[in-house]
Amino acid sequence: MRSAKATLIWAALAVAIGVPIALATTSDLLAYRGPVYIAAGFAGMIALGLVLVQPLLIAGHLPGLAALRGRRVHHWVGGALVVLLVIHVGGLWITSPPDMIDALILTSPTPFSLWGVIAMWAIFAVALLAVFRRRLRPRTWRIVHLSLAAIIVTGAVAHAMLVEGTMEMVSKAALCALVLAAAIKVIADRVWRKRAPSRGESTSPQ
Amino acid sequence: MTIVVLNRRNLLAAGGSFVAAGVSGVLLPAHAQGLAPTSSMSGGANNYIKGAPTVNRIGKGGFWMSGTVRRAGDGAPLAGQRIQIWAHTTEGQEHEPQSHGATLTDKDGKFRLEMPQIIPLFGQAHGHLAYDSGEFKTVFLRPVMRSPKDKSLEGHFVLQSA
Repeated sequence: MRSAKATLIWAALAVAIGVPIALATTSDLLAYRGPVYIAAGFAGMIALGLVLVQPLLIAGHLPGLAALRGRRVHHWVGGALVVLLVIHVGGLWITSPPDMIDALILTSPTPFSLWGVIAMWAIFAVALLAVFRRRLRPRTWRIVHLSLAAIIVTGAVAHAMLVEGTMEMVSKAALCALVLAAAIKVIADRVWRKRAPSRGESTSPQ
Repeated sequence: MTIVVLNRRNLLAAGGSFVAAGVSGVLLPAHAQGLAPTSSMSGGANNYIKGAPTVNRIGKGGFWMSGTVRRAGDGAPLAGQRIQIWAHTTEGQEHEPQSHGATLTDKDGKFRLEMPQIIPLFGQAHGHLAYDSGEFKTVFLRPVMRSPKDKSLEGHFVLQSA
């Protein structure tokens, strides 16, 4: 019974992330794009999928990856997000340098670029802070990480939804809805949980 | 002897006429100047290549870029003006030379150039147009298509003397 539920959860996650990416591989636009542009696009899509995985991992919702293991995988996935972002931005830079520069200096005519750049800096900030996490007070770390996570999710979803690209609209919207739902649930749980029994935490040595 | 009654209604009326006078005072010279020049659009010059050749058609065609060129102030149509056009199309990326071409305006200041279907680049289906012949100030346009399936796009120029 438990393994059936586990299979179901993993299957649902694979569908949620895999279907939009699979449908994007059938896009007509791919025929007119070079390999670098295509790679940049798919790096962005995979990153969006990982933004769904992150809260599920840290909350221990993924079977077989509870508690410490989930946390460790969360760290690796965070690192993968940074790499995917570098591929996404780097690939788009090679494809059209002036458009990428406009986006990075926040003068792009396309509103979704701004959302993407905001999410990018928030991801870089979380990754950098994670490296120095031990120097931060747990409370500081939690507030900063949860705030940045909220910015990342909002930015990533707005960015993805506004882009006219290779992703099919319905599956993209479904993935974005799941990303939002998972983030809201996990962030709300954490904020809620920390309010109630925070005494135990502040006294325990970290 | 005139008695001026200062009440709320009088003050409002006086204020209103003062504002009206002020506004018309500001607007009138603008009317005298007439048609305002077009400003370059954000990102309009991206992937621009100077001196694209004048062509009858870019690539195999199938999509129409059209527009008008007029003079700032009196709005007179400008004939024989060279407009350069480029975009990411089914036949090439935006920076590639075969995606660029130029055409001239007719006696009514209109231009029309057939080009391959524009497809979204950087998440938005858009074209680029440039006037940079020097007689007037350079202008770069970047109109966006309502739908990536559109078969035409327009760009309109109002030029001012350089």
